[in-house]
Amino acid sequence: MQATDAVEPRPRGRINDWLRGRLRNIAPFATLLFLVVFFCFSSPSFATLDNLGNILTQISVTGIIAVGLTFVILCAEIDLSVASIANTTGVVLAFFTLQDASTNIANKPLPALAAIVLSLAACGALGLVNAFGITRIGIPSFIMTLAMLQIGNGITALLVRGQIAYNVPPFVAALGNGSLGPVPWIVICAALTLLVGHLVLTYTRFGRYVYMVGGNREAAEYSGVNVKRIVGAVMVISAVCSGIAGMLGVAHLGSGQQNEFDNYLLDSISAVVVGGTSLFGGQGSIGNTIVGLFVLGVLNNGLDHISIDSFLKVLIRGLILLAALIINVYAQRLRSTQAAPAGA
Amino acid sequence: MTTLSPPNVLEMSGIGKTFGGVMALRDVDFALRAGEIHGLVGENGAGKSTLMKIIAGVHTEHDGTLRVNGRDVAFRSAADALAAGIGMVHQELSVVPDLTVAENVFLGVQPTTKLGIVDWPLMFREAHEQLARLGIEVNVRATMGSLPLGIQQLIELGRVLFSGAEIIILDEPTSALSPPEIKRLFEILRRLRETGKSIIFISHFLDDVLAICDTITVFRNGRKIATEPAAEIDKRWIIERMIGRGHDDLEESYTGERLLTARPDGPLLLESDALSKLGAFNAVSLGVHAGEVLGIYGFMGSGQLEFARALFGKIVPDGGTIRVAGKTLRARNTAAAKRAGIALVPENRRSMLFALEPVFKNISISILERLSALFLHPAAERRVAQEHVAELHIRPPRVEVPLGTLSGGNQQKVALAKWLAYLPKVLVLCEPTRGMDVGAKDDVVKIVRRLRDAGLAIIVVSTEPETVLALADRIVVMKKGRIVREFSAEAVSKDRLLGAA
Repeated sequence: MQATDAVEPRPRGRINDWLRGRLRNIAPFATLLFLVVFFCFSSPSFATLDNLGNILTQISVTGIIAVGLTFVILCAEIDLSVASIANTTGVVLAFFTLQDASTNIANKPLPALAAIVLSLAACGALGLVNAFGITRIGIPSFIMTLAMLQIGNGITALLVRGQIAYNVPPFVAALGNGSLGPVPWIVICAALTLLVGHLVLTYTRFGRYVYMVGGNREAAEYSGVNVKRIVGAVMVISAVCSGIAGMLGVAHLGSGQQNEFDNYLLDSISAVVVGGTSLFGGQGSIGNTIVGLFVLGVLNNGLDHISIDSFLKVLIRGLILLAALIINVYAQRLRSTQAAPAGA
Repeated sequence: MTTLSPPNVLEMSGIGKTFGGVMALRDVDFALRAGEIHGLVGENGAGKSTLMKIIAGVHTEHDGTLRVNGRDVAFRSAADALAAGIGMVHQELSVVPDLTVAENVFLGVQPTTKLGIVDWPLMFREAHEQLARLGIEVNVRATMGSLPLGIQQLIELGRVLFSGAEIIILDEPTSALSPPEIKRLFEILRRLRETGKSIIFISHFLDDVLAICDTITVFRNGRKIATEPAAEIDKRWIIERMIGRGHDDLEESYTGERLLTARPDGPLLLESDALSKLGAFNAVSLGVHAGEVLGIYGFMGSGQLEFARALFGKIVPDGGTIRVAGKTLRARNTAAAKRAGIALVPENRRSMLFALEPVFKNISISILERLSALFLHPAAERRVAQEHVAELHIRPPRVEVPLGTLSGGNQQKVALAKWLAYLPKVLVLCEPTRGMDVGAKDDVVKIVRRLRDAGLAIIVVSTEPETVLALADRIVVMKKGRIVREFSAEAVSKDRLLGAA
């Protein structure tokens, strides 16, 4: 049609349209702003430089996991095994490190470098198993990674047998606990991972493919993109990010044991989704994830600064996640209707 | 003869509709008589669908007035329209494939026993009787998805009728039907006409419109151009009013008579040797030369679309071999087929385009390997996209707008532009002109000719004889998964193609 060929939005509606189109970016940011202002007024101890450091440190491990998860969710897949793989990798690292005599673990001490390489190989291998199950066998990622969650927990259990390992190679320990000047190394590691993730997603061909596969998988396939390879790759990326988070996490927390990462599964998924990355794939970014991380970090930290029932905290987090999900789905619908041709 | 014409069941006057500042309909008057089959024709976006959506209560805000059976109405929803006796059968059927025929007929209004449980025996009996009254003999216990599309469509028509519709809107009802199925549909429509139902028949197939309709209304650019009794006009008359100008080239392409001339022998670029896929196609052998357009024609479900997908690695065949420029291709995915030089445009543009992404990303995705080793070069992507957008006259000519905001015909052109940028050796086009208006079809014909002359081997797969006749230098006809006939260097017409299929 001649008439609808040039779909010019009316000037009056343009700003409105622009805002609606960016709801998924604006809403998380507004939430963050609101939380910061709220806690600043509620608690004098919240708005301090020290506390900013606390928040940054608290979200670092989640942040590293969330980078890989952002890739996965952008591809319209899910990875429920992130925390489990983090735990396994951290424990594998401890398993190959010399432990104190008091630690009752049949560990196999290796040189630090070998232990780190083996740990990375372990998480990479688990990611490959995920990738294989999803792309070659055709198991939905939700179920495949649920199985992997169990497998990872099983490997962890066999390695530590209910004990606790305390030692990791000094290099990892330094990254997990040390600081560069006033800035903890773990924050730097998280920032670097987020930065690399952002660069890959925004500026590389692979990143573009991730968005396109998530945006319309069939169309990507009909454009000659090797969809299975992309999906497989994001599963491996997610597992490796989780592995790195697991190694640093064990160092940061000071011990490696069963189930110590369990909370990170929900936290990392929440961070990605609260940040506004679409659950349907194709829309979102590391930038969204960073905002999501801060929303969760500020919320968790701020609730500690005001006296509040610690059991209520869990409920509040649940409600925030629900609100984010509603906005997420609503934003998707807005985008879809905006992109539809008017009339015809 | 002084005619005492039957009363108007539907009267619309001064209908206007604006989308985001763009007039989709201006000042349209439309009347439908009782017991009339009224054809609606026009290019894509001429306003037919918009008008129908107003009648069916989908678009609720518009200018002008609507009168049903002489009473002013203002529909607030599709349910309002249905309550007023207006039902619509959409081109994409809204059936539930996994449920039985009877359940589909009574979707949402299943008869129940006193206990509130679905009364299955009653439902099966009623469904069977009602469909039989329409002349549709079908096992009502069969699942909907197991039936041919033509039957599914009739059943949906049945459902709309049973819900009490007196005015039935049919959107492109014949596009997916084989000639016998069309014949059967027309018989049923005539029977409905005799019982006083009024039918609005929207179609691009002018032959079908002329065959069944009593009255025909032509739309162009959101305006009603003419309404005439079908008996007094012909296809040429309609086409002239649809496109607003005499157009000799078009007529040559679409009257359905064509002399195929052998093209100069280029090297054999694509060979398919006894390619088979169980349940889809069987031992299909053919070759396509550089600088040649091969048309593959067959009714829906003849295996031609699956064969095309197998060439592109979307379906992995059970047996046989594919060779591209003499080299055997073992493509297990589309990426490998593309690397070997095969490209495919599927029949449904939604399955190859990214509605939320800007136009340039939709075009550049096929050539990212070429444009970037590791890092993207968006400026180069935009430049390439801009070239093709200009070349194909894509409107609006801006590569930053989300693809989804383009009209259907322009989206189809973007799908082509994607592969024009890549420039494969072999290009497979599935239904390249489906749902396109006459002008856009003409553009596609020109593009395909130019690509052919540039030395590509092109395969055009279609269920529309007009499409292969307009585009192909050589035509093979597929039937039930096999090639049954080849036409080359001879005169061929729609009748001969239909006869072979």
